[in-house]
Amino acid sequence: MSSSPFVIYRAKRILTMNPARPEATHVAVRDGRILGVGPLDELAGWGTHTLDETFADKVLMPGLVEGHSHAAEGSFWRYRYLGRFDRMDPDGRVWPGLGSIEAVIASLQETERGLATGGAAPDAPLSGWGLDPIYYGDRRMAREDLDRVSTVRAVGVMHASGHIFNVNSRALELAGLLRTGVNHPGVPLGADGLPTGELKGPDAMTMVGRHIGYDREAMANDEGGLRAFARLCVRQGVTTATDLANLLPDDAVAMMRRVTGEARFPVRIVPFRRFQALTPRQAVDHALALRGQATDRLRLGAIKLFVDGSIQGFSARLRWPGYFNGAPNGLWYTPPETIRELYALALGHGVLVHSHTNGDQATEMALDCLEAALPGQPARDHRFTLQHCQLADAAQFRRMRQLGMCVNLFPNHHFYWGDQHYEITVGPERALRMNACATALAEGVPMAIHSDAPVTPLGPLFTAWCAVNRRTASGRMLGGSERISVADALRTITLGAAWTLKLDGELGSIECGKRADFAVLEDDPLAVAPEALKDVRIWGTVQDGRLFPAAEA
Amino acid sequence: MDEPPLAWRGRLPVTLIGGYLGAGKTTLVNALLRAADGRKLCVLVNDFGSVPIDRDLIVAAGGDTLELSGGCVCCQYGSDLIETLADLPVRQPQVERVLLETSGVALPDQVAASLSLLPGYRLDGVVVLADAETVRARADDRYVGDTIRRQLAAADLVIANRCDLVSPAARDEVLRWLAGEVPGARLLAAAHAAIAPELALGLREGAVVPPAGPRSPDAAALYESVALDLPAGIDLEALARRLTDPALGVLRAKGIVADGSRRRALHVVGARAAIDEAPPAARPGRLVAIGLRGRFDRAAIARAL
Repeated sequence: MSSSPFVIYRAKRILTMNPARPEATHVAVRDGRILGVGPLDELAGWGTHTLDETFADKVLMPGLVEGHSHAAEGSFWRYRYLGRFDRMDPDGRVWPGLGSIEAVIASLQETERGLATGGAAPDAPLSGWGLDPIYYGDRRMAREDLDRVSTVRAVGVMHASGHIFNVNSRALELAGLLRTGVNHPGVPLGADGLPTGELKGPDAMTMVGRHIGYDREAMANDEGGLRAFARLCVRQGVTTATDLANLLPDDAVAMMRRVTGEARFPVRIVPFRRFQALTPRQAVDHALALRGQATDRLRLGAIKLFVDGSIQGFSARLRWPGYFNGAPNGLWYTPPETIRELYALALGHGVLVHSHTNGDQATEMALDCLEAALPGQPARDHRFTLQHCQLADAAQFRRMRQLGMCVNLFPNHHFYWGDQHYEITVGPERALRMNACATALAEGVPMAIHSDAPVTPLGPLFTAWCAVNRRTASGRMLGGSERISVADALRTITLGAAWTLKLDGELGSIECGKRADFAVLEDDPLAVAPEALKDVRIWGTVQDGRLFPAAEA
Repeated sequence: MDEPPLAWRGRLPVTLIGGYLGAGKTTLVNALLRAADGRKLCVLVNDFGSVPIDRDLIVAAGGDTLELSGGCVCCQYGSDLIETLADLPVRQPQVERVLLETSGVALPDQVAASLSLLPGYRLDGVVVLADAETVRARADDRYVGDTIRRQLAAADLVIANRCDLVSPAARDEVLRWLAGEVPGARLLAAAHAAIAPELALGLREGAVVPPAGPRSPDAAALYESVALDLPAGIDLEALARRLTDPALGVLRAKGIVADGSRRRALHVVGARAAIDEAPPAARPGRLVAIGLRGRFDRAAIARAL
């Protein structure tokens, strides 16, 4: 037994997520792991130690685990943030939410002046992100609005959903789209027969992306973006975060291994290999090869599968009676035959698969596919997880439990787009049951909750607030019966998410033997009002025993 | 009459090849490559994962591109069809025609709409393969049924494939069902996707009568056509609306009228119609229409003029 010196941190309160010892005042850390948690006199029994008072007035939780995010959140901050709500950047600066299209334009004009005086090339593009026009009434943004920012630079703004661009005339011109005769459902035309500058869906967006600075190749292997993402994680108390859909080419993996391996890199990154342009066999082989390259802070070897699209984009697959506004049913991204084959192969090789299903028909299909694959490849602890799974009903949660599945629900979506779901996409009744956290827990389905950053801001405490309060942006209580307790929410953003990543044995709670990963809080999330959970102040993190104050991130 | 409209000049023709998993898309692509006859084709496939090209056709492989015999190439596009198409004329300037094999759950009309964003291309036609053995069951599948039906509905040409695997009675039954399901499309029965390549290419080009050479013995048996005088000054928009009425059974029609020194051309493909400028040399005053034998109402077409 090692008797090397170790540190005991005294804290105001330690929330452990271990029911045998739910809270404590001291935690002992040796070699980046938790030696013990409890009263000082118990821990002193381990031998020579230093008592550290850094956290004497702080509250410690297990390091928060974000089970569905994208490192691209770090990349996006190179563009101008234009969202409706305040949002913190990797430097800790809070960018105020913009209340009108006029405010959005003014913000872009300010950025343009900065570019001009900062010596940028006169035709360098200007890009923004996070726009959400649903908050601005019926007024849509048009190219004429962005022409007021510049007629020389290509100006482009990505919507918060990630599914729409608005661009100026110059960007349309560069993309060859400033012409009549365009006939595409994602390209609305003005009275003059020319595109209005709104471009919906991946194909229409790709036409302008490279002209407005959204260069996908650069973003796929973005070292600066990964570092920025890690700093955001520190500010939000996150010590383990997924990068949930990455093609993981060799050069990107090499970069991620190098960067995450640096002595002061603060987060454990869990990238999932996106299932795309591969056969199931190739995907599983790639996952197994990636598993061999995994490191302590870069956990490789899992697969992310897309079953359908998005509900607000009307590309999710819904069961009868379909979309409330009568839109045709959405799109399958992967056929059932392929999903069954992938599930069977992955089960046979012990490869973890997380499946994006938004609509309830996509969820049903994924359940059927796993049910068909399991008898041939029995796997007692596969932890296949449905991601988003926003419309699942109680019967589907029961099937998830019976099949050994986990779920990672999306309460943030409820806040940002719940009103739209209520009024337009799925209608009032089904909007009440979306992201049914209480049902999932009641039916015994292992559950995580997520931000899908950059679609919504990274911040598990905010996500917990959404699940606890179920308020929409307009203040509507949507589906109050699906609210969960603060205690359940805190367990969900730690142990719950860790379980879905098969990491619950090494992190997610504060107990002997686990990683010394802590979220360090200025306020006590169990003491504040549930309505104030999102306002709990975060000091920073401890990850593998290393201290990361947000103020220095 | 066979010259393409002016607006098409310089645009690469793209034939979409759609249909569900296992319907024979790859088999058809290989057949079309073998019949390329000196034309430089570019085959775009979603991915190389399932070995899309017969090995004896592959000359060299590198990255996202396979070099094929006869100067043809095959590229995978994955999630980036638009970028692949945008870069293609630069990377492969020799290409004369594109065969775009969609993924098994893609909707061809959506792919066609995306194609319209790129000024360098024009849609040559949509071919959708249906597995004669399974298509009816799949069309009723609670998950993929509507996808199958939407794929078929987008077709200019439906190939009922794998007919060798079903009895003649079952084949006729599925052909009847397909004819009712997609009245606006041409319909061919095939085994191993073996059809005359001319029948799959140039679906929206000038020729309204399918070439009935020795390589397409089934064309004459399947189709009948009618040629009518087109009065000068006829309202082409109104005519287009009448000719697209499914009751007439018009699969394709083309007519040219004089408008001063200009020539205007009406193209009808099933339920769709387009009017554009024809080359000044085009001879005006004639309408040629074609339909499936037995489902083609000549008298009603004559009345439509």
